Amino acid sequence: MSKQQTSDERLWDYIDGTSSPQDKTVIEQLIQSDVEWKTKYHELLEVQQLLQSTELDAPSMRFTKNVMEEIAKLHIAPATRNYINKRIIWGIAAFFITIIVGFLVYGVGQVDWTVKSDSKLPVDLTTIDFRKVDYSKMFNNNLVNGFMMLNVILGLFLLDRYLANKRKKFREEA
Amino acid sequence: MSTGLNDNELISRVLKGDQQAYAGLVNRYQNYVFTLSMRFTRNREDAEEVSQDIFVKAYRALADFRGASKFSTWLYTIVNTTCITFLRKKRLEVHSLDNEKVFEVADSIDSGMRANLVEQKSRLSMVHNAIEMLNPDDAEVLTLFYKAEQTLEEIAVILGIEANTAKVRLHRARTRLKEKMEKHFAEELKDLN
Repeated sequence: MSKQQTSDERLWDYIDGTSSPQDKTVIEQLIQSDVEWKTKYHELLEVQQLLQSTELDAPSMRFTKNVMEEIAKLHIAPATRNYINKRIIWGIAAFFITIIVGFLVYGVGQVDWTVKSDSKLPVDLTTIDFRKVDYSKMFNNNLVNGFMMLNVILGLFLLDRYLANKRKKFREEA
Repeated sequence: MSTGLNDNELISRVLKGDQQAYAGLVNRYQNYVFTLSMRFTRNREDAEEVSQDIFVKAYRALADFRGASKFSTWLYTIVNTTCITFLRKKRLEVHSLDNEKVFEVADSIDSGMRANLVEQKSRLSMVHNAIEMLNPDDAEVLTLFYKAEQTLEEIAVILGIEANTAKVRLHRARTRLKEKMEKHFAEELKDLN
């Protein structure tokens, strides 16, 4: 089945004119020497010709008139590039970046960095007992909790979108 | 008359306030848009309504056409989104259908159409009916490639997918069309050979 599909795909590429020069030569030789390939080629060529011979459907005679009557009541909307001010977008981005940086600075500021008196500087991370770090100071604020919750929700949205795209891609390739 | 002008010249006129120049674009593309709409709606009344909606939307958004692609490619993007919205409203859920369901839908259409197909033996009606048996996604990609003369890259832009995925879809659509023709029009195919 997969061999069949591969030969079909290669023949369609050949018919569409999208084969590489090397593949084109190989396929031409196969069509001339192999009866199976020759038969398949003529079958696909027939489908191609049938598809090209189809005619377009036409709407009613009044179609253009109907559209023109409809648009007569309307105006062309201004181009989005004209009314979307990039400064506003950059401003919103700067606002959120400032908030995130602010929270990070605040969070780091709340950490109790004091270590045992016998420790030396620079701080050796292996000597820090992370179990003794008081995280409650960092996350006892409602605002911080709300912010973290928002981030978790946005993260889930992002994950959902990523998985949906992967699923869609997988279905298309199947 | 504006019929001798190319797409960009007509668009330029419309943007300068010559609303009548838009009729030139409507006349030029109405059959393409209508045929693509028919692939989704499967009936003339709905296709006509959807096509009209597409041209009105395109007119409203014409200032956003930057000329980066062909006007037809830009227009077919509107066709695609409008038709998908139409189908969603009709609860056909084309994009969420898995292959099995797609074939169920197609087969149900097959059985309904079979009675009418007996007398339609001409070459054109055979292909036409076989295309109608396909799911809208397959029928759309075939129409874009063979009738609307869009390249795989342009089809990818219209459908919002990668060019390689567009190629896979086109190949799959042609295979399914061939299967439909062999299944339902074997006699006619024999006559052609």
